[in-house]
Amino acid sequence: MANYRDIIARYQDKPGGIIEAYHALQREFNYIPREAVKEVARVFRLSEAQAYGVATFYSYLSVEPRGNYIIRMCESAPCHIAGADEIIKAFERELGIKVGQTTPDGKFTLELTECVGQCQGTPVITINSVPHVGITPDQIPAILALCK
Amino acid sequence: MAEELRIVLRNADKIDASNINDYIKAGGYTALEKARRMEPRAVIEEVKKANLRGRGGAGFNAGLKWSFVPPAETKYVVCNLDEGEPGTYKDRTIVQKDPQTLLEGMAICAHAIGSRQGYIYCRGEYPYLVEHLNNAIAQAKAAGVLGDFDIEVRMGGGAYVCGEETALIESIEGHRGEPRFKPPFPGVAGLWAQPTVVNNVETFANLPEIINKGADWFASIGAASYPGTKVLTLTGDVVNRIAIEVPTNTTIRQVIYEFGGGIRNGRKFKAVQIGGTSGGFIPESLLDTPIDFDSMRNIGATLGTGAVFVMDDTRDIVDIVTRIAKFFEHESCGKCNPCREGTFRCYEIMKKINRGAATARDIDNITVLARVMQKAALCGLGQAAPGPIMTTLQHFRHEYERKLLS
Ligand SMILES: Cc1cc2nc3c(=O)[nH]c(=O)nc-3n(C[C@H](O)[C@H](O)[C@H](O)COP(=O)(O)O)c2cc1C
Ligand code: SF4
Ligand code: FES
Repeated sequence: MANYRDIIARYQDKPGGIIEAYHALQREFNYIPREAVKEVARVFRLSEAQAYGVATFYSYLSVEPRGNYIIRMCESAPCHIAGADEIIKAFERELGIKVGQTTPDGKFTLELTECVGQCQGTPVITINSVPHVGITPDQIPAILALCK
Repeated sequence: MAEELRIVLRNADKIDASNINDYIKAGGYTALEKARRMEPRAVIEEVKKANLRGRGGAGFNAGLKWSFVPPAETKYVVCNLDEGEPGTYKDRTIVQKDPQTLLEGMAICAHAIGSRQGYIYCRGEYPYLVEHLNNAIAQAKAAGVLGDFDIEVRMGGGAYVCGEETALIESIEGHRGEPRFKPPFPGVAGLWAQPTVVNNVETFANLPEIINKGADWFASIGAASYPGTKVLTLTGDVVNRIAIEVPTNTTIRQVIYEFGGGIRNGRKFKAVQIGGTSGGFIPESLLDTPIDFDSMRNIGATLGTGAVFVMDDTRDIVDIVTRIAKFFEHESCGKCNPCREGTFRCYEIMKKINRGAATARDIDNITVLARVMQKAALCGLGQAAPGPIMTTLQHFRHEYERKLLS
């Protein structure tokens, strides 16, 4: 696993590169660790509060540890009427966690999101940013089984 | 039967989108060459005369916007690929199917305003587009077609407000994406305080054909005051949930019934929301309105991004508007009070109405609140947030009244 200092250093000369650095950190760790925020603040010459303020403004970025598979359910209006609520409930049942939580084995995190731009195939989920369209509750065990 | 007219999607599914040679064989980059033989001012005049109006929602004449850019050492061309408006997938479709047409459009703009650096701000939810675009840029550079114009892709972070051009600029600069006060407008002082043109993907993608075929050709297509085509994305209870590109004088009814194939499962139409989640709800009686910007505005609706969200007769309007109110409460950046408090209270009142605990008094309150937000919010998010509430109270009031305590 890459060192967070090396990842951040790659972006230090890029004007406004802080958000790119956060994306790179999140690609590596699935979230942005607290020490990395401190290092970002140092490298981009911001206070820690400012660096934290940037990270927490963006809902796609997380400062909380998350699982290996981040499942996000779109709940925008087109997905809402296509049955997003039932899909969420089915995931909660299947995984034994609530939205916003991570399974105890650190494998899955369940989140809500707004529209991910795949509304030709509502309802839509993403697993680690890859969209899956036209989901039905009975497909969920099979979808989870694919996440090894 | 109405037919599609493809300008921005002219190459879609006809060429290999990941190979610049296919684009060049289809006539790609001839418009840029032609533009480069023209005086920059003449390019701006041509676009102005074509009356190409912004396809990102605000409908401002692109050539006119460019003409405000003052002389400066450094200027930027920024493409808005934030596409956060629920129900919208047109910019993704354009970029997936023909990324070079976007790059060519940006390079035409760069020549017109005298810029050497472009940015594409791509929403964080589209990481696969970032790769696709970086590949397209690398090929364009290798082929030498972009000349001294450089394009860099930056990734957004899932904040809807970052689609607002000044918030987008804040975000590229590495800050929290909070909108700025205007003026100054970005055209004068934008990215790193330099003159910056921000346009939507679809706006840029129209440029190659406008330069090749001329302003008069473009201005004669569709509705006179908003000429050309619009890419629309169909969602909800419509048979064909697809992206289409149609002349702007096409009516809503044609969109839903001729292109969309009508309502799913043989059900009846109840409402359509156009322009994304901040758009107005439109009843059956207004379906013969053309989709162009001004016609939509005249019926109290918006063309917006061109999202077309269809609802059948079983749908609960109040429940859907409550869901939409939650969206705005969540996406408000909190910089100004009318929106930070207003979206919170709108959601609170909508929840109360939706669970059957409200009285007529609550409807009066939400109406006053909506007016305050429309007038006093700093950016378009807070100003547009009450739109769905107001238009459903206008056209579907009985659905609210049915849920009130007697
Ligand atoms: C809250 C909000 C979100 C917006 N989101 C987008 C967006 O995702 N894409 C876009 O092109 N324009 C969006 N806009 C409009 C931009 O501010 C700007 O008008 C547009 O990018 C200009 O390009 P155009 O003239 O080519 O349409 C948004 C505006 C607001 C107020
Ligand atoms: S209107 Fe809303 S989103 Fe816009 S600046 Fe004010 S609080 Fe932020
Ligand atoms: S509304 Fe769910 S993906 Fe767009």
